[in-house]
Amino acid sequence: MPKIFGARRGLPHEVGLGLLTLALLALVTIAFPRFLVIDNLKSLVDDTALLIMLAVGEMFVLLTRGVDLSVAANAALTGMVVALFNAHYPGAGILPVIVIAIVMGAALGLFNGFLVWKVRIPSIVVTLGTLSVYRGCVYLVSGGAWVNSGQMSPFFLSFVRFPILGISVLSWIGLLVAVLAFLFLRFTIAGRNLYAAGNNPNAAGYAGIDVGRMQCLAFVLSGAIAGLAGYLWVARFAVAYTDVASGFELQVIAACVIGGVSITGGVGGVVGVVIGGLFLGIIKNALPVVGISPFFQMAVSGFVITVAVILNAGSYRKNHGRKILERAEASS
Amino acid sequence: MSTLSSSVQAREPARKAFGWKKLLRWETLLGLVVILDFLLNAKLSPYFLSPWTLSDASFNFTERAIMALPMALLIIAGEIDISVGSTMAMASVLMGLVAQAGFGTPMVCLTGVVVGLIAGGINGVLVTVFRVPSIVATIGTLSLFRGVAYAVIGDGVLKSYKPDFAYFGQGYVWGPVSFELVLFLVLAIIFAIVLHTTVTGRRIFAIGANPIAARLSGIRVDAYKFWIFVLLGAVSGLASVLLTSRLGSTRPSIATGWELEVITMVILGGISIDGGQGSILGVVLSALLIGCVTFGLSLLNVPGIVLAIVTGGLLIGVVALSSIVGYSGRRRRH
Repeated sequence: MPKIFGARRGLPHEVGLGLLTLALLALVTIAFPRFLVIDNLKSLVDDTALLIMLAVGEMFVLLTRGVDLSVAANAALTGMVVALFNAHYPGAGILPVIVIAIVMGAALGLFNGFLVWKVRIPSIVVTLGTLSVYRGCVYLVSGGAWVNSGQMSPFFLSFVRFPILGISVLSWIGLLVAVLAFLFLRFTIAGRNLYAAGNNPNAAGYAGIDVGRMQCLAFVLSGAIAGLAGYLWVARFAVAYTDVASGFELQVIAACVIGGVSITGGVGGVVGVVIGGLFLGIIKNALPVVGISPFFQMAVSGFVITVAVILNAGSYRKNHGRKILERAEASS
Repeated sequence: MSTLSSSVQAREPARKAFGWKKLLRWETLLGLVVILDFLLNAKLSPYFLSPWTLSDASFNFTERAIMALPMALLIIAGEIDISVGSTMAMASVLMGLVAQAGFGTPMVCLTGVVVGLIAGGINGVLVTVFRVPSIVATIGTLSLFRGVAYAVIGDGVLKSYKPDFAYFGQGYVWGPVSFELVLFLVLAIIFAIVLHTTVTGRRIFAIGANPIAARLSGIRVDAYKFWIFVLLGAVSGLASVLLTSRLGSTRPSIATGWELEVITMVILGGISIDGGQGSILGVVLSALLIGCVTFGLSLLNVPGIVLAIVTGGLLIGVVALSSIVGYSGRRRRH
């Protein structure tokens, strides 16, 4: 539906998807008016902010024709490290925690990026490996123990919940990340180069863009955002353990795909990803309100994701002709 | 066929000429690592070198290794399926229901394989008819199939299997040689023959190397891809029969995360993630390697999650090594 909407009226994908999301929201609200209560909306935005942040990071990598399967493991590892840091140095304040989260996340992303750029391993292989390695490292640094809310200092926990203009800091950070990503992709040379490197690597190479370096940059950005999200995740749920966000990477990729990011690179934008994240978030939050048993929720959201990707497949079909040319270029 | 191979040759003459040598070297490298690890294990643990221990070790990886065979075919053909773990869960749940309804063991096994077959068919249709990229399509069905498993039994457990059902996962064919191991070896030989000596096998390579050239030379690319998806689904169902039989019960969380382990096995075996390259021998060796390494470490009481670091590190390390030394002949997409 989203793609058909857009194609028929000559509107961008985002408009169709946005209308669909609003329709979904309206449908749920008509059936269950209490869904649109302020408190519920706040928790919806809080839940979705983490998904949107990670999806924005993932989008950078997808734009350069890569895929980052390690975002959730990265978030879990960074979240555990900052939780342990906080437990050992409770007086350090919030700033070092955030700096550590971002720097460490970026370093883990750089490791992925380095292997893709310099060692020339396909990104799916690299992140398949680091997915296990990072997840295993969470166990190593924590010794398998949980870090509970009792071991976390008050500022560590309350920072994400602190309301500004009625909305939590967590949601503001999500918004900030999305806005910065939008500005970066739209108005900086590096941002434009990311698109170029993914859309046509050969042409980008001739234009003097180092495609490998762009891929590495995308991984560092994705890693930094995942690291920050790791702290926010641990603070929001007030617990850090080995399986934090396990399997979340697939939801992140689903949000990107629903948001119109092409898995073959070079196509997609922040606005679409944000709406894609909201779309998944609304479904996830609406199912319990509508009264669907928790055991059915996974099946329903899986069904919705499958249908959404089928409907989005139009965008891939449209690119089909260009792909033949690319193949031909590469072979000459 | 001749048109096709000549077009490949024209495209990358150097690689084609040295292809076999490179392929051989990749398997040699893997083989050496397997032997090295085998010796290391034997030295570190006094219990390792006993037929029954080794037989136990094989249970560690046979189910995943069986799935790795059709997965290798699929990746060679240029597609991927990350829903196999969920397919296993769905198959296992339906097998549990059939057993609960009082049907005998043959019916239970049939159910498992047929459910897998249908799941693979759904993936195949999504990819070949709806033209959804396979990684995206199977992310969707990954949640869908697992979701169905949860929807059917919730947090319950199904375990009304007949006693003779246990043979598939716990039985021995001869001495310490388990049924699972024999099944894996037989399937590996069949897959190797089909992939490396038949026209079908060459076409699968051709499809992965250049789908457009393959289509233009008269290969029904979509039909091949569809049937490989169906095959992978059916084998996942079979693996589900083995695992369910070994565990003796079904929970909806069964085989969570196995898709990544299976894909790791395939890639470590030297199958190019971009398609068109690899061999069944490599997959068998990498299955042995992962099995030996994880079992050797668990003999030393290393916890399972740390084994994940080793598996992940092994994948990156071996692929990086081959890439640095530059003798794998892996193609990059750009």
